[in-house]
Amino acid sequence: MTTDTTTTVAPAAERVLDARGVTMRFGGLTAVRNVDLHVNAGEIVGLIGPNGAGKTTFFNCLTGLYIPTEGEVRYKDTVLPPKSFKVTAAGIARTFQNIRLFANMTVLENVLVGRHTRTKEGFWSAILRGPGFHKAEAASRARAMELLEFVGLEKKADHLSRNLPYGEQRKLEIARALASEPGLLLLDEPTAGMNPQETRATEELVFAIRDKGIAVLVIEHDMRFIFNLCDRVAVLVQGEKLVEGDSATVQGDERVVAAYLGEPFEDAPGNEEIAEVEAAEANADTPADTEAPTDADTPADAETTTDAAPGKENDR
Amino acid sequence: MTTQTTAPETAGTTGTALAGLIAIPANTARALATGGAALTIISTFLAWTWTSAFPGDLTVYGYPGGLQVLVLIGAILTTLFCLASYGVKGLGWLIPAGADGAIKFAALATFATTWYTVLAISVDLGGAVNLEPGGYIAALGSLTALLGALALPFEHPTPDPIDPDDTSWEHNKHKAAHQWQTVKAAFSSGTARPVGALPSYAEILIIVAVLAIGLTVFTYGIGTEYDELFIGFLITVGLGFAALGKSGLVAQASQITARHQNITTCGAFVAAALFPFTQTDDQYATLGVYILIFATVALGLNIVVGLAGLLDLGYVAFLGVGAYAAAMVSGSPSSPFDLHLPFWAAALVGAGASLVFGVLIGAPTLRLRGDYLAIVTLGFGEIFRITANNLDGTSGPDITNGSNGISSIPNLDVLGFDFGAVHDIGGFSIGRFANYFFLMLLVTAVVVLVFRRSGDSRIGRAWVAIREDETAALAMGINGFRVKLIAFAVGASLAGLAGTIQAHVTYTVTPEQYLFAGPIPPNSAFLLAAVVLGGMGTISGPLIGASLLFLIPNKLQFLGDYQLFAFGLALILLMRFRPEGMIPNRRRQLEFHEEAEAPTVLTKAGA
Repeated sequence: MTTDTTTTVAPAAERVLDARGVTMRFGGLTAVRNVDLHVNAGEIVGLIGPNGAGKTTFFNCLTGLYIPTEGEVRYKDTVLPPKSFKVTAAGIARTFQNIRLFANMTVLENVLVGRHTRTKEGFWSAILRGPGFHKAEAASRARAMELLEFVGLEKKADHLSRNLPYGEQRKLEIARALASEPGLLLLDEPTAGMNPQETRATEELVFAIRDKGIAVLVIEHDMRFIFNLCDRVAVLVQGEKLVEGDSATVQGDERVVAAYLGEPFEDAPGNEEIAEVEAAEANADTPADTEAPTDADTPADAETTTDAAPGKENDR
Repeated sequence: MTTQTTAPETAGTTGTALAGLIAIPANTARALATGGAALTIISTFLAWTWTSAFPGDLTVYGYPGGLQVLVLIGAILTTLFCLASYGVKGLGWLIPAGADGAIKFAALATFATTWYTVLAISVDLGGAVNLEPGGYIAALGSLTALLGALALPFEHPTPDPIDPDDTSWEHNKHKAAHQWQTVKAAFSSGTARPVGALPSYAEILIIVAVLAIGLTVFTYGIGTEYDELFIGFLITVGLGFAALGKSGLVAQASQITARHQNITTCGAFVAAALFPFTQTDDQYATLGVYILIFATVALGLNIVVGLAGLLDLGYVAFLGVGAYAAAMVSGSPSSPFDLHLPFWAAALVGAGASLVFGVLIGAPTLRLRGDYLAIVTLGFGEIFRITANNLDGTSGPDITNGSNGISSIPNLDVLGFDFGAVHDIGGFSIGRFANYFFLMLLVTAVVVLVFRRSGDSRIGRAWVAIREDETAALAMGINGFRVKLIAFAVGASLAGLAGTIQAHVTYTVTPEQYLFAGPIPPNSAFLLAAVVLGGMGTISGPLIGASLLFLIPNKLQFLGDYQLFAFGLALILLMRFRPEGMIPNRRRQLEFHEEAEAPTVLTKAGA
């Protein structure tokens, strides 16, 4: 079903990321339960869910920050090692929900740090400074400048990253992640706190990244952003994957709406109910009739909210 | 409402936007400053006291001596700045950032040194009657100059409006804060104009001149013979350097040296190598070599603390391991091994032993972060010392000879050059300590090279990244543990290398040389203090910090038991007012002084 939606982009449909049965427990708390997710080459996949659904936990399982209690994560048919630096070396780069730049390094240095896994110069090479060292250093700088141009920060290469405005810090984080030449880029809420223009720009940037042949998995709360951007969207609710499919499928799914907005009445949803309430309001002389159903509703509503409440605490 | 309450309180100071701290017209003030400084210059050629009982012999007419020389230098500086502020042709280069801030600091330097001298004479000899007219003239002249300088106009900061609902205590606090701002503004100056393009030979000549001044100041400081002179030296150099900084000369000099980094570094080593030639005997070369050992180890610690951000409180143990290892293979009679390796082999053994020790300690502990690492390294430092104390044949196997240590370590002999003997080089006699000074300088050069090259490379960036945010650094593919272990091991082996020479310089290696904290540097606490005082992440910072931390207790014997207390106080004050250290890494300066309009652009690798 999912391959249907992506055929236009990547006919070969090579699986870049393949997570099977990922479960993460913290003591008695199951933050992520038996989630399957795969990302094909050249695809943009969205991961949405209400607050506390376990999205970031799932991300951390993918990037080696957490070791999943059960299940395995494969990147291009190799099982990922349980160390975050090895995951990056394997080809998965990430950004963070709350920006984690190296605040007191320059913009260029930040990107150069991202090049770490793709360069080999060790301590002795740095001390002896042979021709190989200078060549590698120059190549790294050239590549870093290229990436800064790609995200539009080439003019600020010598600024301290802490002095950049918020939107540019996000861009720099993406550039730094791209510096490790990943096959898959994980973006954790890349548009959080952005205005609509900046969100548009980020959208363009993600498309441009996809066009470079890098698959993208993105967590986001901005629905318009997600549905514009993604070939496929997976919905995580209370640690479990609810639905997966293209935008229309997910948007039309009642369970998704329920997860975000609460469940409608079981017996009489929709127009009938509204009509009944309106009728009741119009005929104020029969209040007892209308009060009865509302009394019956409130507990139902309360139940759905209490259901969601533990989920909130599940995440971290 | 608020304007009503503030207006009367601040009318006195902000009535005119430009006014001095003291109400004297600007022209008169400038004339007073110039005249006072000139008078002070003249006074230094007069006798200040009648008897030579006060050290330095200030009784001679026509020839300044001792503290008078320092006063003379301060007064000349003040006069030059004053004349430059009048726009005298040929002096404009002195004040690229404006003259007034510089005049104020120079006048303050002169005043402080003069009055310190005058008071010291009065106290030492029992009363002001011991002053000759020259002393009075000097006191008067420097006071006039200072008053004139303080009356020079400056731009007053506008006070924040006062909330009339505040309590009187808060009003006072507010007023005090404003006054402090005003004083700060009085001593401030503009930013230096950039240095124009000079022919490169001229720039190199300027670098040579700067280095020559540096060598002279250092040599003078190390050669001061009595407490009063050293205190006067500290006052003059401290405030004088501030004056040069305010005038913008320091900024310009650092611009020029940044253009020729390699030449400056080489030049600095040449200048340091010239130090023994300025000495007539070995007395101060001893101090020189001890300072150099201390400074080198501090610089090694700066790799671990300043670059990689690993707080190591037991660093002196690595120096000890290197020293012990070198002492055991030196052919000393109290060494358990009957070995006498050549120096290069001994140095390798020392550095290697420290490396092994560093990796052994680092491997289990570097998984800890922050404070825990500090505690564990502190513990290991003590374990080393206590172990060395106990391996004496009674409490344990006889390896280190216990608290007696390994003594009578023979002098080095490299390629027939006997380090223990006095050599004649170009008419200068170079004694034992001067010989070791040269050798130690080589080790310092190695450490500087390692610091500079590793800092500006893939591995150095990884260290800084780990220091900034370990989680993000890991997510960037940096193997945090490995990179930290490299930093730890490099730091350890450099300290071990310095230790091999220390063993030969001191003849004896005992466990008591490697305390956590003690009155004699180097010890772990002082090493860390040197790094913090000088400036983390820089090369010159720990070198200067170590020199000061070594010289001050050495020269100011009267401090005695209060030494550690004084250092604690000094460190607290430093952390409060200048947390980035004396020589700030530009990165750190931006980090700690966000509110200042520091340049947002950081060019070429910070330090």
